[in-house]
Amino acid sequence: MSIFIDKSTRLVVQGITGRDGAFHTGQMIAYGTKVVAGVTPGKGGEKLQGVPVFDGVAEAVAATRANASVIYVPAAYAADAIFEAADAGVDLIVCITEGLPVRDTLAAYHHVAELRQRNGTGRPRLVGPNCPGLISPGLSKVGILPGHICKPGPVGVVSRSGTLTYEVVQQLTHAGLGQSTCLGIGGDPVIGTNFIDALESFEADPRTEGIVLIGEIGGSDEEEAAQFIKRHVRKPVVAFIAGQTAPPGKRMGHAGAIISGGTGTAAEKMAAFEAVGVPVANIPSEIPSLMAEAMGRRRARSKRPAAARTRRARAASGSRQAARGRTRAAAKGAGARARKPVRRAASRAAGARGRR
Amino acid sequence: MNLHEYQAKELFARYGLPVLPGQVAQTPEEARDIAAALGGTVVIKAQVLVGGRGKAGGVKLAHGPDEAFDRARDILALTIKGLPVRKVLVARAAEIARELYLAILLDRSRKLPLIMLSAAGGVDIEEVARTAPHKIVRRHIPLEGLRPYQARALLKPLFREGSQLTQAADILMKLWRVYSEGDCSLAEINPLAVTPEGKVLALDAKVILDDNADIRHREWEIWRDPDEETLGQRVAREKGLSYVKLDGDIGCVVNGAGLAMATMDIIKHYGGEPANFLDIGGSSNPEKVTAALRIITGESRVRAILFNIFGGITRCDDVANGVVQSLGQSPLPIPLVIRLTGTNEEQARKILSDHGLSATTSMDEGVRTVIAKAQEVMA
Repeated sequence: MSIFIDKSTRLVVQGITGRDGAFHTGQMIAYGTKVVAGVTPGKGGEKLQGVPVFDGVAEAVAATRANASVIYVPAAYAADAIFEAADAGVDLIVCITEGLPVRDTLAAYHHVAELRQRNGTGRPRLVGPNCPGLISPGLSKVGILPGHICKPGPVGVVSRSGTLTYEVVQQLTHAGLGQSTCLGIGGDPVIGTNFIDALESFEADPRTEGIVLIGEIGGSDEEEAAQFIKRHVRKPVVAFIAGQTAPPGKRMGHAGAIISGGTGTAAEKMAAFEAVGVPVANIPSEIPSLMAEAMGRRRARSKRPAAARTRRARAASGSRQAARGRTRAAAKGAGARARKPVRRAASRAAGARGRR
Repeated sequence: MNLHEYQAKELFARYGLPVLPGQVAQTPEEARDIAAALGGTVVIKAQVLVGGRGKAGGVKLAHGPDEAFDRARDILALTIKGLPVRKVLVARAAEIARELYLAILLDRSRKLPLIMLSAAGGVDIEEVARTAPHKIVRRHIPLEGLRPYQARALLKPLFREGSQLTQAADILMKLWRVYSEGDCSLAEINPLAVTPEGKVLALDAKVILDDNADIRHREWEIWRDPDEETLGQRVAREKGLSYVKLDGDIGCVVNGAGLAMATMDIIKHYGGEPANFLDIGGSSNPEKVTAALRIITGESRVRAILFNIFGGITRCDDVANGVVQSLGQSPLPIPLVIRLTGTNEEQARKILSDHGLSATTSMDEGVRTVIAKAQEVMA
């Protein structure tokens, strides 16, 4: 019913005695997250809101079997905190801290990636830095997303923003669309988990039925996500890109949000999604209805015979179904999109048209 | 932070990169004196933080001090892409046999530094990238760093002559140190020039620093150019607000960068024009709100202001207190529309209504209202 976190998440809070760490520890406990340990060097042995504090993450993990970490330490020490959590063997590291120098993030990113490769398990996973964290409504929250705006349901949300994510989640909730997991991946140029990682996980999550993707100007993660969706995502996706009115060369708050060298514009990103049949909302308030429509179409499709229903991108790369997809696509003159089963392509195109 | 050419060259010189001697001047008289001290032919270059200075007439040769005075006077009178030229760099001129392009920047997708090298230097590299991408060589720098043999291997096809290859490889290694130790997001030499005598030089320098790394670079503070900042930008920086001025007439104060961009987009969607991007940040206090209002009202064209607050870490009552305090100190001559929801929303509404103000909860409604108010003001 979620990705990355659920009832089995046992959290250690790095920087638990700091202002933000202490406040959000309380908020997470109140939401039902199992906060089993905190870490502040030099304060081992203390307790904060009933949570035992340790001097280091390895000690905390040994004593409490924590399997996830959230980081609230100041920017100058945050990369070290990521290294520490990774070396202590937690599966998930969520770095809320903003303002990390890119050089520090790069080192931490590659350390985590190397461990992941060595483990061969897809773990540890780094989310952030400079992100609001994630919440699986009704199960667990790690980070600073407000719990009361969410409700359990079938929509996966992934976003580069913070408060814009809250805005969209609240509008989904008001429209009756609950969420499986809401994930803020962060606004920095280098982040641990990108759109593709999130899309892959949502696609594999049996309880997620649709995905909302909130991008912004800068970089090319959205364009790469669009290509990934074309090849590997069968669930309906709706996108919004913030910064359609942003001028080039100006950093719009987030270190990653800058149009440089004429690339990274909202227009390019919106076109990339539309080209693969993903409806793009012009403003956030269009997202819930676009998502509801897209999921409705998928549900209607699911009522067809099972053989048609279970076609997945991964399966489709197997010869028989791929061949069928190609034949049908060619028959309809959609040769360029042959890798995608044709009904889906057609319905998405219809969705994009219907919006206009 | 973007560095001026003269600042970037100072940084280059610190790392031993070959730049030609020169100094920055703010008046034609200073330019004449610098030219006299350098001797020979000099080049006068406008110091503004935009590309295309040459095309705009901002780069001129001068043969001797008097001509340097005249050229500097002309260039100091220019406005290039909206930016008035306040400084010129006066540097010794070089004869050029070949111009190449060399840069190191961050590849966000691969999460590694990337070397970009091209024999087509001295021109707009973005143009080259668009029209003749095969002319640009791209090579990632491994996590362990760049090794001299890798630099030589990369440069060899473009520098057949042994001495030039050695010089160019030395330049690339030093540029790598500038980039990595200096916490740059971009370190660029364009052109990387070869003189008729076979000397390899960094004739221009462009550096963008990673703002987040200023926590360990106190030396950057002297490069901050007060002339390049408007009063609003300075106040914003000092108060920890993120602010970008735009051309419209609807001011907006928002918490969070993504929501601030989306607010601008929604204003445009409903037919308005945003006057600014302004993110008051996470843990906001009344003082920040006051500063935000002062910055926006300082811009002459603003006809109405929208507050768009989604309380998370930001508490709505803090924002409401800031608005009330600020209006108490100096009444606002233009309409104010407030949208707030989230943490401590009820307290915020009470504070506002006690002072005769109201707030909406819907973002779209807030935007439509502020556009209507701005149009009333215009009419």
